[in-house]
Amino acid sequence: MSLRKTYPKKPEQVYFFGTCLVDMLYPEAGLAGMQLLRREGVNVIYPQNQTCCGQPAWNSGYRDEARRVALTQMACFPQAYPIVVPSGSCAGMMRHHYPALFHGTPQHDAALAFSDRVFELTEFLSRVLKITLSDLGEPVKVALHVSCSARREMGVAGEHQALLEQLKNVELVAQGRSEECCGFGGTFAVKHPEISAAMVEEKATELVATGADSLVSGDCGCLMNITGHLEHRNEKLRGSHIASFLWERTHAADS
Amino acid sequence: MQQTVEFHDRADRALHNPQIRSNFRYAMDGLMYKRKLSFPDLDELNRLRLRSAEIRANALVNLPELLEQLERRCNENGIQVHWAESVEEANAIVLGIMNRHNAKLLIKGKSMVSEEMELNRYLEQHGIECLESDLGEYILQLAGEPPSHIVAPAIHKSRQQIAQLFKEKFPEIPYTDDVDTLTRNARQILRRKFYDAPVGLSGVNFAVAETGTICLVENEGNGRMCTTVPPVHIAVTGIEKVVEKLSDIPPLLSILPRSATGQHITTYFNMITSPRKPDEKDGPDEVHLVLLDNGRSRIYRDEELIATLRCIRCGACMNHCPVYTRIGGHAYGTTIPGPIGSILEPQKAGLDRHGDLPTASTLCGACGEVCPVRIPIPELLNRLRFERVRQDHTGVTIGQGSQRNPWEARIWKGWSWMHANPAIYRLSIRIATGLRRLLPKRLGAWTRVRSAPRLAAKSLHTLAREKGFDHE
Ligand code: SF4
Repeated sequence: MSLRKTYPKKPEQVYFFGTCLVDMLYPEAGLAGMQLLRREGVNVIYPQNQTCCGQPAWNSGYRDEARRVALTQMACFPQAYPIVVPSGSCAGMMRHHYPALFHGTPQHDAALAFSDRVFELTEFLSRVLKITLSDLGEPVKVALHVSCSARREMGVAGEHQALLEQLKNVELVAQGRSEECCGFGGTFAVKHPEISAAMVEEKATELVATGADSLVSGDCGCLMNITGHLEHRNEKLRGSHIASFLWERTHAADS
Repeated sequence: MQQTVEFHDRADRALHNPQIRSNFRYAMDGLMYKRKLSFPDLDELNRLRLRSAEIRANALVNLPELLEQLERRCNENGIQVHWAESVEEANAIVLGIMNRHNAKLLIKGKSMVSEEMELNRYLEQHGIECLESDLGEYILQLAGEPPSHIVAPAIHKSRQQIAQLFKEKFPEIPYTDDVDTLTRNARQILRRKFYDAPVGLSGVNFAVAETGTICLVENEGNGRMCTTVPPVHIAVTGIEKVVEKLSDIPPLLSILPRSATGQHITTYFNMITSPRKPDEKDGPDEVHLVLLDNGRSRIYRDEELIATLRCIRCGACMNHCPVYTRIGGHAYGTTIPGPIGSILEPQKAGLDRHGDLPTASTLCGACGEVCPVRIPIPELLNRLRFERVRQDHTGVTIGQGSQRNPWEARIWKGWSWMHANPAIYRLSIRIATGLRRLLPKRLGAWTRVRSAPRLAAKSLHTLAREKGFDHE
């Protein structure tokens, strides 16, 4: 599993799948992602019937329940447009696990065709839209946390980084053990809270040690976990979704 | 559900043991770093992983034929082959060989299968002394503990802890925590025993069907001693360790030590194809190969789970596992810990016994990324999460559905119903965001180390509509 080898030409329309976490907790990140896409001259469609990709049930072993939810999503995106997702984790679910979820069912072919249209947001911005960003913000030091699914399932760590590197006033700071999981893992954090806590504690310590002003991540699960812990520890470091960060630094206030 | 409590207890104890935490963190950081250095060319690594996975997968496809071929070749070469369906049978075979030679001392090289068999305990019950000759295993035998890692069994102990142990067990030897001196001391104690032991035992890294060759990878030379000095050599292995051809060995040998310890080659590599021949100066008079099934042929029957059996026991998956690094090997309560243990052991002993292990992962994918034979460990963890709650009882895994809890199952049903009914979902979100100030600030264990997530005032569904995005 990794980045695809070929990318389509810039389309006129895309679908946006916001993800349930963004919908409830970080809607501004979803909106920023849609605005970034729209600014590139692409018409962005946000189907109102979308809910959740089904990953929580899939990763808990409840496959029938996950399939039911996945089918609801597949019905939301009927046209052949690309589906852009502001999360490595949910994009990974729809792109790489839908085929397995529907293996041996009548919907398998439909799932394959669907998953082929799924793109993670930073992947879509850099590989398909070949976006160029001009930084309007003040100098700032940023630590990037790439989620495990963005890194390993979607293979888009380089895309996250390349987008941030386009911002001339942003200094990306190096961190120890950057490839290590933050300990979220969806239901893992609920089933094994002590292990999860030990993981997020060490992750936060590494991030604080970078001296960064801001933490950026492409996945809201990690953000909720890490920034929740940073707040609990009363650290100054604050986090934002990469879409919000990119949008805020590149759009003129009146646009 | 007994296991559930036990796993949590053991994990919690490890998490709150600063010595365990720092020993593992330090050791795993070192092993990850060394592995990385030993694969400077990522293209080469990928090619080698593909090749190695192919070799192991092919061997498994033809496993029954290859095992028969292995037995034939071994017999032709004078190696006696024994089949054991269960641990009990394997132990009885080893005991039988010991008794035939009237042997009271067994000197052992490192073997995870002998750990699986709990061979030491069994033989000791029958009046036979077992002596571990691998340094790490020897330390653990002195301490009376099981291994916590499959390659570096005593990795949970610091140098100082080992020095202290030696001081207790050998008061006559001057205290030292210098690694070289400690090693030299252990070596002197062990050396004498090699000449006393009538039987030596080893594990097997690969068994080559084409030639009937037992391959043994090791660093200390104790494996060579165990397999050449005593007059009788017993090799114990799982049936999955067979490969087809001798030419399969070089790629596997190139990737195994690098994945394990970052070494390009181990200090010793032994290939054993027969007992001592009349004109040879050393080697045992008898060589036995014990092939243990113990649940492996059941795993073999599932076309997805069979990948579990590709494992070449390099340990890379545990070295890179953020959960293993925090809780260490003993917390798993199984012979093999870490990600591979979490898929293998529940399949062998049953999900009713180790049903918690497949959940003890964030599915971060680090294990699958480094596995030299490309076992899709995260996918198999996911598969076993399905097996542990499935209701139809059609698969091959023992303890299917044993972890299904009616309360949890109802939550998922409700969750699924809500997310498959967009109107209900939107309404729920509208109510939740509207009442967000009333939501609890404490959410169980989550808020013990984190602040509670805050619901937005307006959902993305609402914002998208307000900002004029099309909805179809
Ligand atoms: S599963 Fe893969 S990484 Fe883990 S021990 Fe086996 S071969 Fe090594």
